[in-house]
Amino acid sequence: MNRLLKTRELWLALGILAVIVLVTLRFPRFSQPGNLLTIFNDTSILMMLALGQMAVILTRSIDLSMASNLALTGMIVAMINAAAPGVPIPLLIAGSVVIGSALGAFNGILVWKLDIPPIVVTLGTLTIFRGLVFVISGGAWVNAAQMSQEFIQLQRGTFIGLPILSWFAIVVATLVYLLMTRTAAGRAFYAIGVNPTAAVYTGINVGRTKFLAFVLAGAIAGLCGYLWISRYVIASVEVAGGYELTIVAACVIGGVSIAGGIGTVAGALLGALFLGVVNNALPVIGVSPFWQMAISGAAILIAVVLNGRSERTKGRIILKKAEAA
Amino acid sequence: MTDTTATGRHLPDRLDNPVKSAVLSWESLLVLVALAIFIANSFASPYFLNEWSLSDMTFNFTEKALIALAMALVIITGEIDLSVASIIALASTMMGLALQAGADTPVLVAVGIGVGVLCGAFNGFLITGLKLPSIVVTIGTMSLFRGIAYIVLGDQSFKGYPASFSWFGQGYVFWVISFELVLFLVCAFIFYVVLHHTNFGRRVFAIGNNATAARFSGVRVDRIKFVLFCLTGLMSGIAAVLLTARLGSTRPSIAEGFELEAVTMVVLGGVSILGGSGTIIGVVLAALIMGLVTFGLGLLNVPGIVMSIFIGSLLIVVIALPILFRMWRQRKA
Repeated sequence: MNRLLKTRELWLALGILAVIVLVTLRFPRFSQPGNLLTIFNDTSILMMLALGQMAVILTRSIDLSMASNLALTGMIVAMINAAAPGVPIPLLIAGSVVIGSALGAFNGILVWKLDIPPIVVTLGTLTIFRGLVFVISGGAWVNAAQMSQEFIQLQRGTFIGLPILSWFAIVVATLVYLLMTRTAAGRAFYAIGVNPTAAVYTGINVGRTKFLAFVLAGAIAGLCGYLWISRYVIASVEVAGGYELTIVAACVIGGVSIAGGIGTVAGALLGALFLGVVNNALPVIGVSPFWQMAISGAAILIAVVLNGRSERTKGRIILKKAEAA
Repeated sequence: MTDTTATGRHLPDRLDNPVKSAVLSWESLLVLVALAIFIANSFASPYFLNEWSLSDMTFNFTEKALIALAMALVIITGEIDLSVASIIALASTMMGLALQAGADTPVLVAVGIGVGVLCGAFNGFLITGLKLPSIVVTIGTMSLFRGIAYIVLGDQSFKGYPASFSWFGQGYVFWVISFELVLFLVCAFIFYVVLHHTNFGRRVFAIGNNATAARFSGVRVDRIKFVLFCLTGLMSGIAAVLLTARLGSTRPSIAEGFELEAVTMVVLGGVSILGGSGTIIGVVLAALIMGLVTFGLGLLNVPGIVMSIFIGSLLIVVIALPILFRMWRQRKA
C-alpha cells in the first residue's frame, strides 16, 4: 500500500515535470532556477491552505470557509496595522493564527457538539465570514499606503536564498508532516477517515478529532490571511473570492480522497504545485489566462478518474490479502 | 457517521430525521419564519406591501429555486451537484454564440436547455458510469463549464437579445404575475407530484436511505441518479434562459454563487444533506424565505454582502435550533 501511495505522488511529480519540460522546449528560460523558485513562492499560500484542507478532508469533512476565513483574518490584521503601525509584525502574525483558529474552532464546535454536517456548517460560515469582512471594513479597502513598510516587506525578505514566504510554506509543511506521521492526533485523522466506527472502539474521540482538524485548517487560513494581504498589498471584501474550491481542487489533484482517510502531505503539496505551474506556464506560452479555469477543471476531473481507479485496485489487493490469510 | 444509537428510542436510520422529532414539523416552522419575516418587512418599509414590490421580490429567487427543486432530488439520493451555476454560464454563453450566428428566439431557448441537459448528462456519466464521488466531479465540472465560458468570452459580453426572448425573463403573464413565477409554480407542482406521489419518487428516497438495499430491491440506482443529474442540468438550462433573458446580456461571471444559494435553499427546506429525507413544499418555502429576507433587507438599503450574513446565519441557526431543542429535552427527561 505504501508503494502504491508513493507511485501516485511520483506520477503527479512526473506530470508537473512534463509540463515544465514541454514549456521549456519552447521557452528555455521557463525552467531556470530563478523562475522555478518564483513559481514555488507564488504557490506557497495555496500549498499551506491545501495542507489545512487535507487535514479536514481526511476526517470525512470539508471546509468551504477557508477562503472567507483568510479574507476576514487578513482584513482584521490589515486594519490593526493601518490603525496602529507600531504593533510588531510577529505579534500580528501570531494574532492572525489565533483569529483564524478561533474561526476554525467555530466551525469545529458546530460539527463536534451539534453534529451538523460539515458541508452545511462551512457553507454557512463561508457567507458569514465574508459578510463580516464587509461589516468591519464598511466596504472600504485597506491599501498599500495605509500599511506599514514592515507589514508589506517582511515576507519579501530572503533567508538562505529563499523568500520568507517560501520559508513559511516549508515550515508549515514540515509541521503538518510531523503532525500527520509522528503524533497520535495526526494518525487519528486517518483513523476516523478510514473507519469512524473502528476509531471509536480504539478510543478516538471522533468529534474532537474533527474539531482539531477544523482548528488546524482555520489556523493555516488565518496565517495565510496575513500572508495574502501583505503579498498583494490590498485588503478588500473580494480577497480570495471563490478560492475555497481551488483549495479543494489542489487536494483532489494531489490524491486526497474526498471519502476521507487517504492523502499525504507530499500529495497535497504537489497538487497545489501542479496548479501553480500550470497557472505560471499559461502566460509564458501565450495562452490567455482565461484558459486557467477550464484547465484546472479538466485537471481535477482527470485526477479524480485516475485516483478513483487506483483506490479501487487497492481495495481488491486488501481483499486478496484477506482471502490468502 | 458518529454513533447516534445512544439517543435511545431513535433508530440509527436516516428516515428518522432528528428534525421531525421536534414538536413542530419542519414545514410549519418555515411557514412561521416566512410570516415573521413578512410582517417584519411590512413594518420596516412602507414600500414593501405593494403588489409590484412583492412581484419584484419573486425575481430574487425564482431562477435559483428552479434549480433547487432538482437539487433537492439529487441531495435526497445522497449526491450533490455544485456545477449548476457554471452550467448556467456555459448555456448562456452558447446562447450568445447562437445569437451571433443569427438564431431566433425558439432556437436560443432550445440551445440553452439543450446545453444544460448535455452538461447534466456529462456529470451523470462521470458519477454513475465511472463511479466517482459527485462532490469532486461537480467541483471539477464547475471549473470546466465556467472555464469554457471564460475561454469563449474572456472579458467580453454578449448583448442584443431580441425582445421576444427577453419576455421569458421580464414578461408578465397576468397583472403582476411574471412568467418566471408561473413557470416556477408549475415546475414546483410537477416536482411535488413526482417526488411524493410516484414510484420514481419512492425510489429516490429509497436510494438516499440505503443505496445498496435499493439496488437489491430492483431499483436501478445508477440510472435514476443519471436521470437526476440530467434533470438538474435541464433546470439549470431553463434558469439560464430566464436569467439571460432578464439581464439581457451574457458575461462569463453570470450566476456566480448560485450553486451555494441553491444548496442553502434545499438544506433550509429541511432536506437532509446526508440524503433520504425532505419535501418539495419545504424547499419552496425556503426559497420564499430567502427571497423575502433579501428583498426586505434590500428595501432597508442593506448591502447584498451583509444579507449573506443573514442567509448564512439562518442556515446554521435553523438547523442547529431543533438539535439544541432535542438535546435540551433529553437532558430534562
